[in-house]
Amino acid sequence: MAKRIDVSDLNIYYGDFLAVADVNVSIEPRSVTALIGPSGCGKSTFLRSLNRMHEVLPGAHVEGKVAMDGQDLYGPDVDPVDVRRQIGMVFQRPNPFPTMSIYDNVAAGIRLNARKMKRTELDDLVERSLLGANLWKEVKDRLNRPASGLSGGQQQRLCIARAIAVEPDVLLMDEPASALDPISTLAIEDLMTELKERFTIVIVTHNMQQAARVSEQTGFFNIAGPGQPGRLIEFNPTEKIFSNPDEKATEDYISGRFG
Amino acid sequence: MSQTSAPQAPAAPSPPPTSVQPRPRLPRWATAAAFAGAAVVAVLLGVLTALNLVTFVLYTAVVGTLALWAVSRRVEGRRKAKDRLVTSLVLGAFAVTLVPLLSLVYEVVRRGVARLDGEFFNSSMVGIIGPGGGAYHAILGTLIITGLTVVMSVPIGLLTAVYLVEYGTGRLKRAITFLVDVMTGIPSIVAGLFAYALFAIFFGPGVRLGIAGAVALSVLMIPVMVRSAEEVLKLVPNELREAAYALGVPKWRTIVKVVIPTAIAGLGTSVTLAIARVIGETAPLLVTVGITNATNLDPFDGRMATLPVFAYYQLTQPGVPPEFGIDRAWTAALVLIMLVMGLNLLARLISHFFAPKTGR
Repeated sequence: MAKRIDVSDLNIYYGDFLAVADVNVSIEPRSVTALIGPSGCGKSTFLRSLNRMHEVLPGAHVEGKVAMDGQDLYGPDVDPVDVRRQIGMVFQRPNPFPTMSIYDNVAAGIRLNARKMKRTELDDLVERSLLGANLWKEVKDRLNRPASGLSGGQQQRLCIARAIAVEPDVLLMDEPASALDPISTLAIEDLMTELKERFTIVIVTHNMQQAARVSEQTGFFNIAGPGQPGRLIEFNPTEKIFSNPDEKATEDYISGRFG
Repeated sequence: MSQTSAPQAPAAPSPPPTSVQPRPRLPRWATAAAFAGAAVVAVLLGVLTALNLVTFVLYTAVVGTLALWAVSRRVEGRRKAKDRLVTSLVLGAFAVTLVPLLSLVYEVVRRGVARLDGEFFNSSMVGIIGPGGGAYHAILGTLIITGLTVVMSVPIGLLTAVYLVEYGTGRLKRAITFLVDVMTGIPSIVAGLFAYALFAIFFGPGVRLGIAGAVALSVLMIPVMVRSAEEVLKLVPNELREAAYALGVPKWRTIVKVVIPTAIAGLGTSVTLAIARVIGETAPLLVTVGITNATNLDPFDGRMATLPVFAYYQLTQPGVPPEFGIDRAWTAALVLIMLVMGLNLLARLISHFFAPKTGR
């Protein structure tokens, strides 16, 4: 299941604009890796380049290598659709499909890809995924109601259930709790701790306490100035980043003396 | 954190507490009273000049608005007075817009209801001179030709809109958008002549075919369809597309299974409004389909009757005595209006029943 990701000399572009430069990093399997840094420094861009969601935007492209267990994700014969089937993603704002019920949302990864599955198997999968996302108890009696009737925190957990239902190897989370209240945030954080037994998790967050609470490894991104590319300044075990970082910039950012 | 360099300004002399002072307000009945008074004045004015419905309403509106504004200005102050003046103007503009609509509906119903009987709906004009006859052939003709138009235009329009929103970039997209805009401005008679010329190439001059009419109407309907479908598809949040991509769903499946279902209510409305746009077209059908007295339901074989053209001929060539033909023309117009209204109602129902539910 969980796989490691090795990134080497990755440059990420929007058209001609170099947004993120020279990223070299190894993301360990079965752990949570947090990416922190100021707004606009390229954390989310980097995250989206890991499952080839970056190139959905017109003109966006990357140079360099991203390998998952040795397989180059940007190889010439690799279909981005296959990459995304192995690397799931949860977005900042909960985005359940409004036309579908709760059940159909969880089953969306199967149904939309027209994979054949027996009704009982699908029922099992939906239940397992909702249990995995800690949402089963709250929705088991209204699986056929529209997903848009759930609260924001429930919707976000539904999106996590939808992402893990396709059994990806890696789960990317782009500020998954930034639109949620503290209680829902806690639920999501607990969930991450459970999910890392099965998945490699990479999370972008603005909340440094959250990074400190949930992650084993932390990467600090920073930007030298407007128009400059963002760079990965430091990548170290979370404990080290938050107690004794190698770089002055990291320490400044974490202690709030930044900018 | 950040600190202002200037020291705190010394407390200004206490400002006059105008902002929260209770202001005198006109009572609720003031508006009604102003216009009732204005009505009395209007009658007096009308006695001096000529009193009829138009001058009475006009005098009442103008005098009432001015009186209300003046009184409000004295009692409530400038801002409130301006509010009342603009409210009166907006309502007045609304009333003026409503006049032609209500007048039209009233007139068409009044004159069309005379022949709104069973015979009108189940007989054609074969052998009819004078009373009787109906538009059975024209109603079916309109439905058939409009149906063919829909079959041709909706797929082309929808796919063009999908291309523009989901795939198109750069020059080609701009070119298509520009051409669609140009097509929107084509006069309907030009569309008719285009279709006529096209079919004349294959069938010789003087050709009259239902399908030619459908082609002409398609030229008019496609740009409307593209434009409205494009707007509707743009409203689908990008987050939903990204959610589908992140599940490893290919782009075309994302469009078919996520984007279009999310927009289906709006697309249904687009289709019905585009139909309403073309169903009453007369000129292009006049040159491509012509008219016939008999029932012809085959759009690939000769002339057909359609409601707008039927109304046109019944009005311009009513026969002797003319009143029966003119009655049939009004009834045809009434049926056409009912068809369009029915379509609008259908659009409302579609958007009501297919819109994404938000129930808890």
